[in-house]
Amino acid sequence: MTNAVSPSLGSSPEREQFSVVMVGHVDHGKSTVIGRLLADTDSLPQGKLEQVKALCQRTAKPFEYAFLLDALKDEQAQGITIDTARCFFKSASRDYILIDAPGHVEFLKNMVTGAARAEAAMLVIDAHEGVKENSRRHGYLLSLLGVRQIVVLVNKMDLVNNDPHVFEKIKEDYSAFLSRIGVFPTGFVPVVARDGINIVQRGAGYTGKTVLEHLDAFRKSSGLDQKPFRFPLQDVYKFTEENDERRILAGTVETGVLNVGDPVVFFPSGKKSTIKTIEAFNRSPQNQTHAGETTGVTLTEEIYVRPGELMFKDGDTPPLSGSRFRANLFWLGRAPLVKDKRYKLKLAAARVPVRLVDVLNVLDAGSMTLETGGRQVERHEVAECLLETGRPVAFDLALDNPATGRFVIVDDFEIAGGGIVLEATPTEGGLVRDHVSRREASWERGAVSLVEREKAQGHRAKFVVLTGDKEDRLRALGKKLERRLFERGHRSYYLAPANVDQGLDSDVMPSFDRDDTRWRFLGELGRFLTEGGHLVITPLANAEEADLLVLKELNRPQEVLVLDARTGVWDSAQDDETVVSRWVSLLRERDILPDFMI
Amino acid sequence: MGKSDQKEVGVDPLSKLEARSVHILREAYREFKNLCMLWSIGKDSTVLLWLARRAFFGHVPFPLVHIDTHFKIPEMISYRDRLALDWKLTMVYGENAKALAEGTTFPAGRVDRLTCCRLLKSEALKHTLSGEWPRYRMNHKTGRYDLDENREPYTGVIAGVRADEEGSRSKERTFSPRDRQNEWDVGDQPPELWNQYKTDFAPGTHVRVHPLLDWTETNIWEYIERENIPVVSLYFDQGNGTRYRSLGCYPCTTPISSPARTVKEIIEELKSGRLSNVAERSGRAQDKEDGGGLETLRREGYM
Repeated sequence: MTNAVSPSLGSSPEREQFSVVMVGHVDHGKSTVIGRLLADTDSLPQGKLEQVKALCQRTAKPFEYAFLLDALKDEQAQGITIDTARCFFKSASRDYILIDAPGHVEFLKNMVTGAARAEAAMLVIDAHEGVKENSRRHGYLLSLLGVRQIVVLVNKMDLVNNDPHVFEKIKEDYSAFLSRIGVFPTGFVPVVARDGINIVQRGAGYTGKTVLEHLDAFRKSSGLDQKPFRFPLQDVYKFTEENDERRILAGTVETGVLNVGDPVVFFPSGKKSTIKTIEAFNRSPQNQTHAGETTGVTLTEEIYVRPGELMFKDGDTPPLSGSRFRANLFWLGRAPLVKDKRYKLKLAAARVPVRLVDVLNVLDAGSMTLETGGRQVERHEVAECLLETGRPVAFDLALDNPATGRFVIVDDFEIAGGGIVLEATPTEGGLVRDHVSRREASWERGAVSLVEREKAQGHRAKFVVLTGDKEDRLRALGKKLERRLFERGHRSYYLAPANVDQGLDSDVMPSFDRDDTRWRFLGELGRFLTEGGHLVITPLANAEEADLLVLKELNRPQEVLVLDARTGVWDSAQDDETVVSRWVSLLRERDILPDFMI
Repeated sequence: MGKSDQKEVGVDPLSKLEARSVHILREAYREFKNLCMLWSIGKDSTVLLWLARRAFFGHVPFPLVHIDTHFKIPEMISYRDRLALDWKLTMVYGENAKALAEGTTFPAGRVDRLTCCRLLKSEALKHTLSGEWPRYRMNHKTGRYDLDENREPYTGVIAGVRADEEGSRSKERTFSPRDRQNEWDVGDQPPELWNQYKTDFAPGTHVRVHPLLDWTETNIWEYIERENIPVVSLYFDQGNGTRYRSLGCYPCTTPISSPARTVKEIIEELKSGRLSNVAERSGRAQDKEDGGGLETLRREGYM
């Protein structure tokens, strides 16, 4: 069996590849434009055009170029290389991947999936029908998706007798709309796709660029190396097989250049270190890594950093760090985006809980107007919103750095929306504080109060968190402190974080990452146990400021005492007994273990 | 900004494909506790295995799972075991022991090709992934396979499918959910935005991860050449003017006539030569029996 395949599907390393998405309202002629582009650039499989023409003749149907695309799609069902979403054509200067995005609003999530990967867009508007709902919606989505290079095709000009006024009117209306959302197309082309006019060949009397000339003039995104260095930390590896001692920080360089020896900072933690090596398998040692490379680095000073942080170069323009920002987003979820619901935000490598604080504006695609926001964002709507994350996250404004300024929102396991960051805003209160206020407002108390308990047992309740960088030693110290206090007759309890991970955290809140869930559960457990009068001792190696804040917040109204091994309370030269004794006297100084209770 | 004409490093199409695939592999490793990679021994999944070594700095931190139909061309199995030993892979295989014992196979003449595929591949895969059927794990001390004690189901399954292979695969997403029955809902797939994928799943579902979706057959060979990846010798003409373009079970896979002896010659043949007009899987008999372009088999889990 010999099946035709479209030519030059492979990437010739010599020839540039460029991806373009085709968008527009349904029936405005996208398939015809694609058919013409394939046919007029000689990019069709051998004999395909003749075959489709012959078929039309046999069935007494007038031939249409749109049938070519259908024919290619039919073929693929029989096992050939062209897929529904993509086809290929070439110009004299480069190879194109053409992503065909569906015009039906029901397929909006397929449209954004296709368009998010494109470098440029062709947007088709029917001259006879004019600007329709999806012409506007697609235009707006392109801008949110970061597709900045757009050419607008005003199709079916023959249906309006090639009237230049019709063309100019559409150009004027649509440009006005696009400029309001910050989109400036590189050009408008009047075309008759059916006859191939101004697609590849210039029509009589037309002096502007053809569609193909517009496409060829689009540039590859460049200048990424010149931007400030950004490296979202995707993961931290320590593979111990074969005595591999490397602790590798893995991720993709989004922008900028990094050299061995560069000092780096991590946001939101604020930790600092210096690049020791740049790692790669099956490559000679590198001293430099560039934008677009997936790589790994080791640090001279080993610091504890978690996946999701954003690494940048000390001295470069820093990214922003915070938990509240204004964003433009589109919503694809079956359920609307509502306030007072916990979602998950994925921004670069970070995954954090997020909630909708406010809807500022909603775009009405029908009337082309921005309307003051309601309480929620419905499916297929585009809106400007205020979002707040459960803990701080590092980001850039989308305008400064698209890769670290865009995000998706996960609702009930599904990516339900996406958007770009417009502005960081100061935080007030916070997600956790709101949760605790609600919890405390409805907290049911027992018959015995904490004050009575403390008086009876002769000491106060306290959530004691031990932090430091040596996890094993902290755990040993924690248990010794528990034993010492118990032997003094106190109600001490050692709460092991690992038990929380394995027990409570198994599948209870699967849409949040493990670390986040761990803090939440520890905090909630602390609230119960301290109300029961216990001295709860928990070792949390490498706990960060933001995590401790969450714990403290969740433990309200009781307080948390942090014993930080890194601030000189003890040093590793001291034996365990000395450290525990010092802690016990510290608890006495703080009046947690008073000499007598009043 | 402004220096837009400056030449940038690492943006040739092959490096771009590689970077994207590595990102996807790391994303899968970050998000899934019980992850495995399917290795068919063919060129695509071998490139995938190589990409894993690139992603994890020489390590492959999850098991490789092979579904052995016991009708594979013998060179495939010896190549599999040699690489598993050399690269210190956690190598696991599964099989449909019942169908093999009862002879309900196409070569035994008892069922047609598609049913044979379903029993020896789809069914074996499903039950091997779920841990219901025995798995065999390579013992690196003896070089032989022992019964694997681990019966945990794999919740993340990395596979080397490419969108350009055949029709149904072009509709795949990079992170593609499957329900409890391994079924794939072609009509309703999650959106994928930029480099953000669907990595959250309800308990009981699992996900197929496809890091090679954007690669073409030519890309695969160009990468094999660039990285000097060892592939099974069946892909090359050994002197009789034939070679395999796509590997499978010997009763249903025929070699093509081609004098290509090196990776370079294969690339040449694909780009401008005699194969530029012939479908890759034209030597795979089961494709022709499934009018739906393998979609039926794929919905049920066929790779």
